[in-house]
Amino acid sequence: MFVAATLAILVTMGLALIRALRGPTVYDRILAVNMFGTKTVLFIAVFGFLTGRPDFLDIALVYALINFIGIVAVLKFFEYGGLGHAAKTSYEKEDG
Amino acid sequence: MAMIVDVLSWVFLLTGSFLGISGGFGMLRFPDFFTRLHAAGVTDTLCAALILLGLMMQAGWGLVAVKLLFIILFLSFTSPVAAHALARAALHGGLKPLLNRAEEDPSKS
Repeated sequence: MFVAATLAILVTMGLALIRALRGPTVYDRILAVNMFGTKTVLFIAVFGFLTGRPDFLDIALVYALINFIGIVAVLKFFEYGGLGHAAKTSYEKEDG
Repeated sequence: MAMIVDVLSWVFLLTGSFLGISGGFGMLRFPDFFTRLHAAGVTDTLCAALILLGLMMQAGWGLVAVKLLFIILFLSFTSPVAAHALARAALHGGLKPLLNRAEEDPSKS
């Protein structure tokens, strides 16, 4: 049954990866990468149980936090055009 | 008693897997960014919580269950915050929600 859960998580990761490659806007790609990261946390946890060594849970814990920090950093980068200055320039949008 | 916990944990794991796959298909099939955000945001919380709860029932009491509980806590805090930040950034970046498909130009994709 762990195999079924692992396969389902892998299929979901593949679908999210297809959306990340095909996404029309940059926000679709960021959303898909966020979902991919969450499913990676689940995959690490389930795979640890599948192989009978649930020692990977520390890695899953750290990955959940780093994924959140990374997503917020990338969002701020694309919203303001930089990471250091807070809302100095209003982002001029150009479609495409 | 152990049998009941085992069956319940399998039910949680399979329900979480089904929700994950449905979220992935919604991610691929929905027409708009905000609908995709709905698909991803709903399944990120419930799918992750169900799968980790099933694993917690398999592990029994101990350090592993505490680690899984911490993963559930962190995910249930960070995933809605990330979804909210994404929606706000998309609105700030000039992405409009798709309100009516009949009147809208096919400018979206």
